[in-house]
Amino acid sequence: MPSKVIGLKCRECGAEYELQATHVCEMCFGPLDAVYDKAVLKKIVSRSRIEDGPKSMWRYRDMLPVEDSVAVVTLGEGLTPLVKAERLGAELGLRNLYLKNDSMNPTNSFKDRVVSVAISWARAHGFETIACASTGNLANAVAAYAARAGLECFVFIPVDLEPAKVASISVFDPNIVAVRGNYDEVNRLCSQLIESTPWAFCNINIRPFYAEGSKTLTFEVAEQLGWKLPDEIIIPIASGCQFVRHRQAVGELLDYGLVRGERVPSFTGAQALGCAPVYNAFHSDNPDRVMPVKPDTIAKSIAIGNPSDGVYVNRIARETGGTVEAVTEEEIVEAIRMLARTEGIFTETAGGVTIGVLAKLARAGRWKGDEVVVAYVTGHGLKTADVLASANGHSSRRVEIDPTMKSFREKVSI
Amino acid sequence: MAQFRIPGPLRRLSDGQVTVAVEASDLASAIAALDARYPGFRDRLLDENGELRQFVNVYLNDEDVRLGSGLKAKVGERDEISIVPAVAGG
Repeated sequence: MPSKVIGLKCRECGAEYELQATHVCEMCFGPLDAVYDKAVLKKIVSRSRIEDGPKSMWRYRDMLPVEDSVAVVTLGEGLTPLVKAERLGAELGLRNLYLKNDSMNPTNSFKDRVVSVAISWARAHGFETIACASTGNLANAVAAYAARAGLECFVFIPVDLEPAKVASISVFDPNIVAVRGNYDEVNRLCSQLIESTPWAFCNINIRPFYAEGSKTLTFEVAEQLGWKLPDEIIIPIASGCQFVRHRQAVGELLDYGLVRGERVPSFTGAQALGCAPVYNAFHSDNPDRVMPVKPDTIAKSIAIGNPSDGVYVNRIARETGGTVEAVTEEEIVEAIRMLARTEGIFTETAGGVTIGVLAKLARAGRWKGDEVVVAYVTGHGLKTADVLASANGHSSRRVEIDPTMKSFREKVSI
Repeated sequence: MAQFRIPGPLRRLSDGQVTVAVEASDLASAIAALDARYPGFRDRLLDENGELRQFVNVYLNDEDVRLGSGLKAKVGERDEISIVPAVAGG
């Protein structure tokens, strides 16, 4: 079969590059994206070919930048549940609310999708060491998949990362470099390191391949809705990288005839007010200029003060009739509890941001009630369980009793 | 003199030099001095309005200049100015 990935192209100026581990246009510093041979793909991509594929995100392999001959590094990522949220929907006045529960991935966040693609690509192209700058979830996935692939691994994390995240990274025995700085500083250090190391940094020099894995989340939503697109998607914003890929995924679903003649969903972004550079720009006079901020939020997994794709998020939100909204720390914790109480899903702070924004927009009357709205729940609550403890996490419905019938009758009302 | 750190993609402009020393009082004059010695830098770093391009990050002693005074940031004798192409995320 002819090669389906044919090169890299600058999103800004259109300059073209050969396939290689690089992410920045030498002409304008714009981001580089993988380019596919769409004529080839149009001939082979079909619903039935996907439905006959593996029960993981690799059923969409034709639309990923990994050639058919490459042995992929997989832990069974993707094809996570899309659940109809009847009880949360009832609270918010939404009759067709769905949650894409990506905390059900092998390392409990959506990062497994991007890392599976990145490490598969890197191993096939001769890299022996995988690295990343991470707010935690990415490092977790990179450490696990590097172990699976038998590759050396270096993860760079901010020194104040949540203890649960550090534990779930350490168990895979990567080299952990804890940097005394915030994520943006870690990321800058790594951006400078790519020139002096022969390593594949998932989110930096091999980002054009890495980022493509995000698309599978939206491919799955369409398939799980019976090959239909929702009316609106709520997505947490960190760098904005996955937001951009979800828009691209919708374009590919339409281009390859997997969904038919439908309108593009509204794309809505969610940020924590403690780190809201994209939200700030969206509601300013100049949404095309995203000014960096110093993050200060419990939603550490999305606390990126200098978001590389922020401008594109704002363009996409505007063009699709979406918006960018932000919530307070209290609203994040409240949303985590509301999601758990109504749907039995325990999400991390980033998921609290997404559900918090969903609730805020619903209560402000954004929807009439019949729209199909999908919220992306991208990480598991055990990763950030400490925020519940520090915010009076013990249930107000807890009682302590002696092991006697008398004590039970006295203390528990039934 | 203040030192610029030049990233890989721009070293063709600086004859392969990784660091370039310039005489300057603030970031704007530092960029002007860099461009005077190695023409082309100004257009790569600044847009048509003379602002830092969206995808260029400039750090003065490890601090993002956009968080401070931007192009007006004072530059001292021993300061290091790092140019870093837009970084990725998360």
